[in-house]
Amino acid sequence: MDDPLLNRLASDQAAMQRPLVQTEALTIRFGRQVILNNISLSIARGETVAIIGESGCGKTLFLKSLAGLIPATSGRILFDGMDIYSMRETELTRLRKRFGFVFQNAALFDSLNIQQNIAFPMMQHGVPHGRSPQHLIEQRLSEVGLPRNVLPKRPSQLSGGMRKRVGLARALILEPELLLYDEPTTGLDPIMSDVINELILRTQSKYSVTSILVTHDMHSARKVADRVIMLYPFSRLKADEPQVLYDGPPETMEECPDRRVRQFVRGEAGERLMEMVAQQASHSDETPFLHDTIARREAQ
Amino acid sequence: MSYQDQTARNPFVDPNSFSGRLASGFVRIANAWGRVVIEGVTSLGDISVFMWRMIIWMVTARPRPETMMPTFYAVGVLSLPVVALTGTFIGMVLAIQSYHQFELMGLESKLGAVITMSLVRELGPVLAATMLAGRVGSAMAAVIGTMRVTEQIDALTAMGANPIHYLVVPRFLACVLLIPALTIMADFMGIVGGYFFSVVIFGVDHAAYLRNSREFVGGFDFFSGVFKSFFFGATIAVISCFRGFHCQAGAEGVGRAATAAFVQSFVMILALDIVLNMFLDGVYYSLWPGGSKLL
Repeated sequence: MDDPLLNRLASDQAAMQRPLVQTEALTIRFGRQVILNNISLSIARGETVAIIGESGCGKTLFLKSLAGLIPATSGRILFDGMDIYSMRETELTRLRKRFGFVFQNAALFDSLNIQQNIAFPMMQHGVPHGRSPQHLIEQRLSEVGLPRNVLPKRPSQLSGGMRKRVGLARALILEPELLLYDEPTTGLDPIMSDVINELILRTQSKYSVTSILVTHDMHSARKVADRVIMLYPFSRLKADEPQVLYDGPPETMEECPDRRVRQFVRGEAGERLMEMVAQQASHSDETPFLHDTIARREAQ
Repeated sequence: MSYQDQTARNPFVDPNSFSGRLASGFVRIANAWGRVVIEGVTSLGDISVFMWRMIIWMVTARPRPETMMPTFYAVGVLSLPVVALTGTFIGMVLAIQSYHQFELMGLESKLGAVITMSLVRELGPVLAATMLAGRVGSAMAAVIGTMRVTEQIDALTAMGANPIHYLVVPRFLACVLLIPALTIMADFMGIVGGYFFSVVIFGVDHAAYLRNSREFVGGFDFFSGVFKSFFFGATIAVISCFRGFHCQAGAEGVGRAATAAFVQSFVMILALDIVLNMFLDGVYYSLWPGGSKLL
């Protein structure tokens, strides 16, 4: 194939078929404490993946490592085939133009007003060609359902839900290929949680963006994700057990053969309660609270 | 493995005997000191890497005016009143403390020389640096620490802004470039305060006060005060930003970072002052072997 146009088309097609994000044997340790162990995943373009799991299982750490915010102890993270840990700082900075990160508490800059917060990525990477920055800011703001009069306000003057929506507008300003959401509905009332879920869905359909969201909210995971990955705390795994307990569509989570997945989906404490009793017993002779709880559950 | 575990496997040492307990005590002390040394060396390494990264960013990319100007305003303009006020008070206190002793010796006309020299060489720069460490340094550590705790530093990185370039470089430049101006202000107001108390309140001869000040205090003394202040400014900025960057989680972590920033900056200012004074005295006496004499 000598035709340069055909060559280019073929390479574009290969690039489109390549997963957008891949982790290969990703391991993250802090001192002797292993948080993520040997995680190998592949996320295709346009997919919306929810990462679920108990607190402390390393979900947020996984998300932050994908954005290159936390260095891996070993393993690789490939974004569009490029190993982000082997990149120079300037190359990684350029690559981050293709990411959008929505933080748990929005992480808006206190020293800047809402307009400056939303415009911040444009200050770093430049305004997209042929676009007016003010028009882009107002467009993103209206997409997340906020009025123009919030633009001169400070983040401290907005409610939690509004801050999260501003965080989403800021993450969307440069139309990234990958959107990373860290617990987007945590701490919000059910109505606002659903508004955020709808915004995630609308963003997905409008921009065909690949989304990875970390969440505890099973309603949110079922509603927005087309694939769910469940991580389990490494410290409580048996030897040679994989840390990814479930990787599949949200519809089949409840039929998963692994009891821990079913319990998490239903929100049941299960043997976690027994583990806590055993832990408490090892530290003290008296365990009235947890024993009573277990006795009550057994009676029921 | 604890010493008790080690001795339990060693048939020659009984951990309950006097020698066993003595050895165990030594091991504990050695462990504690070892930990302190390791932590000290680690911190020194961390702060060196932090400084190196800051220098690299400072020479490779110019900070934006919109990040520089608010920092320069907070460090320079807003610190000016408090530095001027404390400088005035220090000048007055120097006059009060020295006057009666000098009067006993009949040297009250030399008061100007002593007050001006003390202010220009020592108290002006140290006072300006202390005020800067208290007013600006701890605020820097608290702001950066809060940004760390609330993931704003992660957000900066995620959006392609380097936190060292965005947060540390403007603060470093503001401290280093503006502390000489604050030092000169502290010197000037201290001299004014000392003059006011000596001449107006105690009635020292105006002409003798000024003549002695002018004759005894030279350009090198003024230069040495300003020269030291650059180092003090750099120390405050680096320590405060470093403490903020390595802030522990929660409100307590931020508070601890702010306190540590001030305490460590203050200790380092005084330690640096000794070293810089030794160096500057060496330079002075090699240039002017006789030196200037009060009497």
